[in-house]
Amino acid sequence: MHRFANPGQFLRLSGAVLPWVSVGALVLTAIGLVWGLFFAPADWQQGDAVRIMYVHVPAAWLASAGYMGLAVCSVLSLVWRHPLADLAAVEIGPVGAGFTAMCLATGSLWGKPMWGAWWVWDARLTSVLVLFFLYLGHIALVRAFDDPVRGYRAGAILALIGVVNLPIIKFSVDWWNTLHQPATISFTGAPSMYLGMLWPLAFSTLGYTLAFAAIVLARTRAAVMERRIRGLLMARAAAQEPAP
Amino acid sequence: MTHLPFIVGSYALGVLVPAGFALAAFLRLGAARRRLAVIDPRARPRAGPRPRPGGAL
Repeated sequence: MHRFANPGQFLRLSGAVLPWVSVGALVLTAIGLVWGLFFAPADWQQGDAVRIMYVHVPAAWLASAGYMGLAVCSVLSLVWRHPLADLAAVEIGPVGAGFTAMCLATGSLWGKPMWGAWWVWDARLTSVLVLFFLYLGHIALVRAFDDPVRGYRAGAILALIGVVNLPIIKFSVDWWNTLHQPATISFTGAPSMYLGMLWPLAFSTLGYTLAFAAIVLARTRAAVMERRIRGLLMARAAAQEPAP
Repeated sequence: MTHLPFIVGSYALGVLVPAGFALAAFLRLGAARRRLAVIDPRARPRAGPRPRPGGAL
C-alpha cells in the first residue's frame, strides 16, 4: 500500500486512471439521470416526485461513503503519518460537504410535496445535518493552523470522532420512529423495489460514485503538484540566499 | 400540486453541484500542471514516443 501512496507513483497511477473514471462517471450518470427522468415509471403513491430519488439517493450514499473515505485517510495519517493521506483528506472534505448539501437540498425538495414541509427534525435528517457540520468543521480545522501538519492531525482526530455518526445515520430509521422511510435496498436482502426503478438508480449511483472519485483524484493530483511547486520554489529561494 | 418544479430543481442541483466541483478541480489541475512544467522541466509531458536506446529511427 505504501508503494501506491508514494506521491510520484500516485501521480503516475492517477494520471492513467483519471480519464477512464471521468468518462465512466459522465456516461453512467447521464444514463441513470435520463432513464430516471424520462423512462422510469412513476410511483403509485408519490407520482413523479419519486424521480428525485435518482439524485437524492446517490448524494446520500456519497455523503456517508465520502466521510468513510475521510476517516480511512485520517487513520492512515495518524498511524503511518503519510502525507498523501493528509492531502487526500483535505481534498475529500469540500467534495463530501457539497454532496451532503446536495442530499439535504434534494431531500427538502422531495419532502415539501410529499410531507408538506421543507424540513422536519427527524432522526435521519438531523443526523445527516450533523454530518454536514462535521464536514464543515473538518474543512475549517485543517486550515486553522499556521503549521499545516498540526491542522492535518487535528482534522484527522475530528474525522475519527465523527465516524460515530455514520451508524447513527444508517440505523436512525430503525432505532427511532422517523418520518423518513426505512432502507429499501440492503447488501444482504433482496431489494423491495421494482426493477424498472432499481436499474436507473444503480446507474446513477455508480455514475455519481465515479464522479466523486474523479473529482477527489483530480483535486489530490493538483494538491500533490502544488506541494511540489512550493518545495521547488523554496529550494530555489534557499539556493539564491547569500550565505551569512 | 404539480411536482415538476421540485423535480427540475433536484436535477439542476444533481447536475450543477458535481459539474461545478469537476470544473473547478480540472481547472486547478491544469493550472498546477502548467506551473509545474515551467518550474520543473522533468514534469513536462513528452511530445512523442520515447526513442528506444540504440533503436533505429
